[in-house]
Order: sequence, then C-alpha cells, then structure tokens
Amino acid sequence: MATLYIDNTPYPADPAQNVLQNVLALGLDLEYFCWHPALGAVGACRQCAVKAFKDENDTRGKIVMACMTPAADGTRISILHPDAKAFRASVIEGLMLNHPHDCPVCDEGGECHLQDMTLMSGHLARRYRFRKRTFRNQYLGPLLKHEMNRCIQCYRCVRFYQDYAGGRDLHAFHLRNTVYFGREQDGVLDNEFSGNLDEVCPTGVFKDATYGRHYVRKWDLETAPSVCVHCGLGCNISPGERYGTLRRNINRYNPEVNGYFLCDRGRYGYEHANSPARIREPLLRREGKTLPISKKEAVRHLGELLRNGRVIGIGSPRASLEANFALRTAVGPDRFFAGMADMQYRLLSVILDILRNGPARTPSLAEIERADAVFILGEDVTNVTPRMALSLRQSARQSARAAAAKLKIPLWNEIAVRDATHGQPSSPFFIAAPAATRLDEVATETYRAAPDELARLGHAVAHAIDPNASAVRDLSPPLGALAERIARALSGAERPLVVSGMSLHNEAVLHAAANIAWALCREGKKTGLAFAIPESNAVGLGLMGGRPLGEAFQAVGHHEVETVLLLENDLTRRADDATVNAFLDAVPHLVTLDLLHHPTSTRSELVLPVGSYAEATGTLVSGEGRAQRLFKVFIPKGEIQESWRWLRDGMAEAGRKEMEGWRGLDDVIAAMARAIPALAPAGNAAPSAAFRIAGQKLPRESFRFSGRTAIWADESVHEPKPPEDPDSPFAFSMEGYGGLRPASLTPLPWAPGWNSNQQANIKLQTKVGESGPGAHLGLRLIEPPEGKAPPYFGEVPARFMPRADRWLLIPRYHLFGSEELSRYAPTMMELAPAPTLALSPDDAKRLRVGEDDEMEVELEGRTDTLLIRIDTSLPAGLASVSAGMPPFVGVALPAWSRLRPAAGGRMLRMVS
Amino acid sequence: MPTMEKPLTRNIRSDGAALERAAYERAGGYEGLRKALRMTPEAVLDTVRRSGLRGRGGAGFPTGVKWSLVPRGADAPHPKYLVANADEMEPGAFKDRFLLEKDPHQLIEGMIIAAYAIEADVAYIFLRWAYREAKEALSRAIAEAAEHHCLGKDILGSGYSLEMIVHVSAGRYICGEETALLNALEGKRANPRSKPPYPQMVGLWGKPTVVNNVETLCNIPHILKNGPDWFKGLSHTNDSGTKLYGASGKVKRPGLWELPMGTTAREILEEHAGGMRDGLRFRAAIPGGASTEFITEAHLDVRMDFDEIRKAGSRLGTGTMIVLDDRTCPVGLLWNVERFFAQESCGWCTPCWSGLSWVEQILGAMERGEGEEGDLEILREQTKFMAPGNTFCALAPGAMEPLASGLNYFHGDFERHIREKRCPYSPPL
Repeated sequence: MATLYIDNTPYPADPAQNVLQNVLALGLDLEYFCWHPALGAVGACRQCAVKAFKDENDTRGKIVMACMTPAADGTRISILHPDAKAFRASVIEGLMLNHPHDCPVCDEGGECHLQDMTLMSGHLARRYRFRKRTFRNQYLGPLLKHEMNRCIQCYRCVRFYQDYAGGRDLHAFHLRNTVYFGREQDGVLDNEFSGNLDEVCPTGVFKDATYGRHYVRKWDLETAPSVCVHCGLGCNISPGERYGTLRRNINRYNPEVNGYFLCDRGRYGYEHANSPARIREPLLRREGKTLPISKKEAVRHLGELLRNGRVIGIGSPRASLEANFALRTAVGPDRFFAGMADMQYRLLSVILDILRNGPARTPSLAEIERADAVFILGEDVTNVTPRMALSLRQSARQSARAAAAKLKIPLWNEIAVRDATHGQPSSPFFIAAPAATRLDEVATETYRAAPDELARLGHAVAHAIDPNASAVRDLSPPLGALAERIARALSGAERPLVVSGMSLHNEAVLHAAANIAWALCREGKKTGLAFAIPESNAVGLGLMGGRPLGEAFQAVGHHEVETVLLLENDLTRRADDATVNAFLDAVPHLVTLDLLHHPTSTRSELVLPVGSYAEATGTLVSGEGRAQRLFKVFIPKGEIQESWRWLRDGMAEAGRKEMEGWRGLDDVIAAMARAIPALAPAGNAAPSAAFRIAGQKLPRESFRFSGRTAIWADESVHEPKPPEDPDSPFAFSMEGYGGLRPASLTPLPWAPGWNSNQQANIKLQTKVGESGPGAHLGLRLIEPPEGKAPPYFGEVPARFMPRADRWLLIPRYHLFGSEELSRYAPTMMELAPAPTLALSPDDAKRLRVGEDDEMEVELEGRTDTLLIRIDTSLPAGLASVSAGMPPFVGVALPAWSRLRPAAGGRMLRMVS
Repeated sequence: MPTMEKPLTRNIRSDGAALERAAYERAGGYEGLRKALRMTPEAVLDTVRRSGLRGRGGAGFPTGVKWSLVPRGADAPHPKYLVANADEMEPGAFKDRFLLEKDPHQLIEGMIIAAYAIEADVAYIFLRWAYREAKEALSRAIAEAAEHHCLGKDILGSGYSLEMIVHVSAGRYICGEETALLNALEGKRANPRSKPPYPQMVGLWGKPTVVNNVETLCNIPHILKNGPDWFKGLSHTNDSGTKLYGASGKVKRPGLWELPMGTTAREILEEHAGGMRDGLRFRAAIPGGASTEFITEAHLDVRMDFDEIRKAGSRLGTGTMIVLDDRTCPVGLLWNVERFFAQESCGWCTPCWSGLSWVEQILGAMERGEGEEGDLEILREQTKFMAPGNTFCALAPGAMEPLASGLNYFHGDFERHIREKRCPYSPPL
C-alpha cells in the first residue's frame, strides 16, 4: 500500500495502479472518458486532469492526467484545485462543441457517461457558435445503430474492437476533429463481440438496434440480476423488461466470469423470449385437436397422469437445477433421464469425471485471461462458447505484457504497453482443430486434422511432458515434433491452460486433453483445464445425474411407460428423426413443459408454459462448475410459471407428498441439498429469499421508474398490488432498499452522478469491494480433489484413414444459428449462415463440384441436399456440416456418409 | 571571423544537382566515417557530446545526451535503430530539403557514424512524401555507398554492419513528432506515443531507437573529421556549430543561408535576405517555423541560438523565420497558421483536436468580419488550455506559441477586426 495525498488528505492507494483508478476506488468523483478498467489508460481525452505537486512545499504544481500518473507512494494531487477544475471544464467544453444538444430525446440520455461528466464538471452554457461537424452514419448490420455525430473521439470503440476483441473491420479514419469510427464501407460488423460497443462507448455512437426498436428509458425497465442461457459459460447479464416484453440484455459485471463484456449471441439472444412461438397458455390435445385450457384444468390433467403411475421424466441441460430436481423428485431418481443425446451425455460424464477426479482445475474466464500458454485441442471455442474466446485472446497477450513489465512499463499504461510490444509474437498458443477457427489469428501454430488425429496429437503432447502418459504409435515425425513444441511451451509456462470440448463428439480428444493437463500437474504446474460446454446447465444436469436418454426411448418402445414428462426440451435436437418419431408414436401420454413451441411440443398431449430465463428464478451451473442464480425479471402475461411449480401443483393434485411445503425456491433448494449433497452448495450461490438490506427487499424498479400507476390503466384503473416474490429478495416494485447495494445484486448500476452501466458499476464495485467477501459471484461446485492423481487415460485411437467413397461428417458450430434458443431471436438469425456442407478443395475437385454447387449427403438411410462451401483449411476425407440447424439436427455425428453431386442442377442456389 | 566556414553547404553544387559519391569523397567526404570506425563507439559518442551539438529539429536537445540514453553493451536489446527525421513539414521550413537533395552522402555518412555510436543495426530515413527529388537522390546515394562498402555488411572492413532504408511517409505534419513517426513507420496510425518510455529505451518495434533531425545528422561527419573544438569555434555563442537559417515572407531575397550559430535576426534579415521589399516595413517574425512565438523589431539584435532567443520570449525552432510586414494582416497570418495546425492535429487528445479547430474558426470569423465580443477571451483561454503538459504531444502547445504572442503584440489589430466587423488590411469594398 502506498499513501496518496488527495487535496492534502492521505489515502491508502495501490501503487500498481494509476491515480485515476485509485481515486475512483476510494469512492471519490473524477471525470474521465477514455480510461476503462479493461482497456487501460491511453491519455487521450485529457478529462481526468488533476494538479500534481512534487511535495508539500510545492505550491505551483502542474496539470497531469490522473490516468497516466502512477500512484507512487507519497504522490500528491489535487482534484479540487481551481486550475484542475478549469482545465476539466475546458475539456468538457471542447468535447461538447460538436455534440448534439438533444439529451432529452436522445436514446442514450439517462445512461450517458458524457451527460454525467458534463454535469459533474459544471459545464452549462455553450459558447461555440459555428457549424457543428457532422458525419454520415453507416449501416453496421442489424445489431447496432451508428450515430457518429455524437462521437467525442475517446477511441474506446476501436480499442475494444480491434485491440481487445481482435476485430478488423472497425477503424479510426481521418484526423483532427473529424476522426471517423466506422468501417471502410457500410456493412455488418464482423466481430462476435460487436454489441459491447454500445456499452463501451461513453455516449451513444453505437446503440443496440434491437433495443432501439422497442426503446424505453433505462429507468423505466424492470430488471433483476440474470445469467445468460445461450451457452455453458454463464455470463452475468441484466435483462430489462417493460410492458410485458423483454427489451434488451446488458452486461452485468462479474470479475470472475464475463467481466465487462458479452458475446453477441448472449446480448441479442434475448429476443427468443418475445418470440411469437412462445407458449403462453396450457394446451391440451383431445381427439386430434389442440386447445388452450385453464391452469386449473391443466393441473388436474397433469395430476391424473401422475396418479396413474409408470411415469418417467426427461430432464434438460437448459433447465435450472431446481426444475430438473423437481422432475427427478416427481418421477423418482431411477426414472429420471438426462435429456441429452446419449453421446453428448457420455462426453459430459467423462468431462465431469476428469474434473472431479483429476488434479487439473477448471479456470474461471478471469483465470483464462491470465494463462501464459494455451493449447486448444479439438474445439471451435469462438462458435461454441464465444465469451471464452475473448478471454483466450487476452491470454495470448501475456507475453507482450510480460515484455512490457520487463521494460518497466506499468501494465495499466495500455498505450505504452501496446506501442512497446506492437508486432511481437503472442504467448505460446496452439490450436488443433479439424478446420480453421477464428482464434487462429492469435495462434503461434495450428494443426488441422480429423478428430482422432487431434486426439493422437494430444496424447503425444502428454507423453512428451510425462513419459508415463500413453505413447502414440506410428506418429509421423512432423507431428511428433509439433507435439514436442507444444509440450515444451506448456511446460515452460507458469500458468498453462488446456482447452477442449465436446463439440466434435470425440471421447479420445477429452482423454488426451486430460492427460496433458494431468501431466503438467505432475510437473507441479498449476494447470487449467477448460471445457467448452454448449448448454447453460449441462454441468448442473450432469452433477445431478440421470439415466441416458436412449434408455427412455427403449422403455417407451417396450411399452413400459404410460406417461413421459418432458422438461424444457425438444427431442428432435437430441436424437434422429426415426428414433424421435418412434418414441412419439409409442408414448401414450406426453407432457411437455417448455417456453417455445418446437416439433416435440406440438406432438404433446399436454403442454405447460414455463418461464423464459427472464421469467423464472433458478440456478444454473456453468462449464467452470460455478453455480449462479438467475432471478425472475418480470411476471409474464398468460399462465406461465416455473417448471417446478407446475410439477409441484400436479403432484399435489395427484395426492403425492414429495413436494409438500415447496412454497418458494429456497424450499426446492433445501430439498435438493438433502437429496443430492453434491449440489448442496448451490444454495449459497446467491442470497436467499430472506435476504434483506436494512430490513428491506431490493426493488426491481429504479426510483425513477415512471407510470407505475398508469402502466396497466388500459386494463384497470385500479393500481394492482405488486406481486409477491417468494423466490428471491427482489420486489416487483420501486419500493425497497434505495441505497447502494453490492454490484452483484445491482442489475441496473447507479451511483449518485453516475448513470451509465459500466461507469456506475466501477463506482459500485469499489464502494462495496465487489471482489471481497460478501460479493455474490456464484459458487464453484467442482474443485480438484486433494491427494493422488488418477491414472492416465490409456487408449490412443488409431490413425485416421480417409475412405475412398465416404466422408467423415463432422459438426461445425456457428455463433448464430447453432444454439437452440437463440434460433428464435429473429434479428440475430438474420446473420445466421445458411446450412452448408464444407469440403476440402481436393475433395471438391475429386467430386467435381465447386462453391455453391449442390451435394447430396447420404447418411444412415436419409439423403439431404446441401450447398457446398470450399474450406481450404479442412483436411481431405472430412466434410463438415452446420450443427444445430436443419437438416443435421439430432443426427449423431461424426458419421461416415456418401456424397454425390446433386442430380437436379443448382436449384437450391437459385431458390436461396 | 575572417572567412566564414560553412561545413554543411560548402560542397553544394551551384547547378543544384546532387553531389555524387566521388565528388563528395574528393571533398573530404567519408573521412569522418573512416575516423569514427577507428574509434570505439563510446569515443565517437563522447566526441559528439563534447562538440555541444544540439538537435536542429527545433527542440535543441543535446545530441550526445540523447545518444547516451541508448542501452549499450552485450545485454542491450537488438536490433537497435537510428531514424533520420526527414519529414520536414514545419511551415516556413525548407532547410532539410536542401541538404537532402543537394548533398545526400553527407546525411548518409552522418547516419552511419551516429548508428555506429549507438551500435544500431538498421537505419531509416523517414522522408516527407513530397520530397521526391530527395527520394531519388537518397536512393542513388545509398546504392553508391553500399557499392563502396560504406553500408551493408562489414563497413569499410570495420566489422560493423548497417542496413539503411528510405521510407517515404504518407504525409502528415504529426509524423515529424518522433514517436508518431515511429508509429507510422510500424504501419500504425501516426499518433504520438506516451512518454515515458522514451524511444532511446523503447522505440521502433519496442527496441532502442534514436530519432535525429537531418541537419543534426549532417553535422556529425564534420565533427568527427575536425573535432569538437573546431565545431564549437564555428559559433558566435555558446551553442556550437553553424545553423541553416532561412527567411520567407515579403523580404527581398527569401532563402536559406548557413551562418554561425547565434547570428542575429537583423543580420539574417538585412544582410542575407536583403531587407523588406520596397514600400514595406518589418513588423514581426516567427523565428523558427510556425510553432514559435513572434519576435518584433525590439528583438532583432538578439542572437538566434537555442538559449539567447528564449530571453526574447521565443524559441529558435527550425531557425527558418517567417517575416510579417506592415501591410499583411497578422490575424490573417495567424488564421493561416492555425488552420494548418488544426488540419494537422492527429485527433488523439481533446485540447488539440477540439481546441485548434475552434481557434481556427474564430480567427476565420474575425477575418471575415464576423468576430464577436468575447472571442479574444476564448482565444486567450485556449492558449492556456493547450499549454505545454496539458496535451499529449507538443503539436498544440507549438500551435499556441504564435497565437499567444500574437494576441499580445497585435492586440489592436484583433480589436479592430471585431470592432470594425472587417479585416482592416483588406482593400475597402
């Protein structure tokens, strides 16, 4: 700790940080723009000027930028000195010369950092009388709106987009007061994290275009802390609702998980909750007709089915722990089936065994950022778990940061760090995957091969680190040399990281990844082992356990089952058409609890509407093993309720006692803790419903929330009593604790004078010590065991042999279009690619086809026609198809298929 | 002083053609290099330090001190770089162009010696895009030098090797700022860098780098050849050497002259530039390119060197003065100057990109007769707002130097513009 004198008062300060960060951490106000905790200090805007004094005798002092000044012990600065205040007022005046004076009608107004800083500096009247400089805005795609006239040239956008996220199509053009932040020409922004520009920009140059279409003021949104459901990373978000529709997602800061940034799938996927495909009433099929029924009728029907016995339940990797547990309770543990494709469930179990029994620890995203050597084995991280790719990009910069530190450049001085290390190679970063991935840009070396070959490389790396790990036979010398290089780089690192995943559906790849990480652990390295998990609660489901789905299909096929309860699941995504159809034909009574209509729900006898992620409180376990609570944001219209409540009501109706006393979520969690001790800590992932601050609940509505008494006046002029929430400490109201609360419980950050999400958040974190005790950052359920390490996985697959007449079809994930729920988000889906079949150029030549030709794909008795994409990175003998989108939904891959050029010419292309 | 020595320009041909290697060597060229290569790099550095040579780019930083900040010895990072700043874009300055076009070997020799002194591996000449003749001359000269083993591997059998590359700038004033220059050389936006770290420690591609002005480097061969004491003796004052002084504006003979450091403005103006054109009176001058304070009649006898001219409240800068006469509007001149600086702001820090454009617009309004009460107050505020230390680099403070002094010296002119709602210098309608 250093002592920092601010206006002659001594304060404890962190000497490893700049003065600005210390000032804000102390809870003091100081205006700033270009500094951002994740993007560092660059000294551009000059807004955080303070007066610095050499010592207590120095009365003259000089203006310095707080962001560019180290907080060395004994540093003396003045924030309140008239010169400093005058200088900051001049900066604001300069920034506001050209800025539109339309705050009351601007969609950034109310959460605009520029507005806040202008007020804070006391700049009131405009002296500039000349024409403002204006720009032409660009079309940047459906996700963001561009409004360049608002720009104040702080460079945050390009620093995030280019430097932090690796984007290549957003630049700073031109110079003087006409620097233009945009693309070379109109077009869709190419980076997976473009949506963050809305939050990174201190004013409204980049605005969430989906929010703009149903815009309301920030303070009119009802919000609660939530967790993203569009992959298994569990990024923290704040959804906002008004008039019964979800309006947007914004980032919610969690220093261990997503920090300040989300991926575009996570940000824009929210639209699925507003989809016309939402199920809002219970539906019952009678005599071939499906009709809405009342809640009471629905519960009665469910109760009847439950009474009749021979009921099984199919759980879901995208439903909360509580929903899955309720189902498991309703049907009994031995009649509870995990609702994942058997292959995936098996892979998940392998992953969990590796993490529970082995010495390697799953890193948080924050820890991934700090890894100094990375080996990605068999995973396209960017398309499966996008936010992890952003963290990996930061890890690639560890060597540059180390080099800068060696040059005695403080790491907060981002501009100096970047300038000193420009063009230097990234940290050791190896990617082995079947085809090119986005992260190849930061890789030191890449290797592309069939999944089994990737596993062989992985085993060879493990063997090169520890000769006790399985050796690989018939290893080609170049591959052996590559394995040696990877092994050396990982062994030479302080914080090595191995990343793998289940998207290739290859168990050997997982074994190899584990062997590498364990071999490093045996060398005494603190090794991270991260798996990309594609679904939001797959790990939670895996920890709960359940029988494989295939056994449920068998049981139904053998007429052993009367009723199937299907929880938040579309079986057509879990098994092939033939299997699902056979199941649906055979099942006497199918009850589906879900939020969206899908091919399985439409063939169900009873459909029960359940809340979307923003309409239900529950707990998810991320791929890291972190249990996190997402809180209900609003009460939706219709007869929607949580899955566990439907099941509880049905059980009560059936006269069953198992769920007696389940009034609120905490009751479910308590029962779960008793039944499954491994999940007991999940109860502490977030405060219980009894949590209060100063004896009060926490309001979901801001103190500026407008129209409370009028909002439903078209339906009734009587102001309704705010609904009770027995599941959480949050109230559906403006009433409750109005003071500052921990950032983790603040969905809409606000501090006096600070209204913009990220900046207000910075004020809050520091005020309450977010990273300290008392912060609710989720709770890790998986930690490596103490003591002996398990034996290495032994079996190394044989060499991959391409076949003359068949191709190994492998799945290829897409940021947009592969994940189930976000397929119902229409704006995002505008950017989803058409499903294609990718081939290597050699194979395309052999088959005499070219880009955009049609190809017939014959697989296990079915034939589909797909457009061809030539992928120069794909090895011969492989063909990749778009995962999670028709026609290859629910198809078990990899599989050998026959390919032939379509006979019918190029019809598809013409149609498309 | 009986015969004035002009080491920098002595060999320049009267027909304006570039001096070729043979002629250059005949005139004693590359002798300094041969001598340097027989010395240790430390001894070369020491010689330059003792000569008292100060940077001719405008800031006057002692060259030897700059070089001595470069890490040396076995542990020093490599490659190290030497960069000749030939991005001469200061309004009114054309001295480097003269040296580049007419005597390219002099620069190359100076660079090799400088590179040797700092143990550099690669040397760049960062050249203003418009200096096309210089590009030709330099490329030819580098090829000649390489052919005669003055560049490349094992220079003149000394074991020292140096690669030299001419880089033609895309052309912006800010590229003359040495760290913006380095960013431009790396292919990035030409924004200045944060200092510290200084380029001598962390420069091009993160490696130790010295950036020197062309004229500075051209002095090096002569210092090595004739010794530091000789170099000191060339000057009228404590600042060593000769200086290329220039004059532009409505003088009889605008031009460029190599004169002893410390020559007075009066001598440059009256003897070399031939005084003002007939019918015009001297009013003031900006002595060192556009980014220095005005000097007036009262300062004409001040010696133009780095220290003396400070006493008159200005800076030597590039030593190429822009002369203002009594019939030219000083507000118009300042508008012209500030329009240039506003246009050349890199757009990085707020006081510069925002302040300069506001200043330029106010001055333009005044010239058009649209000046208003309060404008002078804003201008005065802006000169303080963009004071040294307040901005990211020296561009805006430099731009404020002529304005701040102009507001003092030409206060009446400014007031008349506002009061009469017109430029009093423009012919009546």
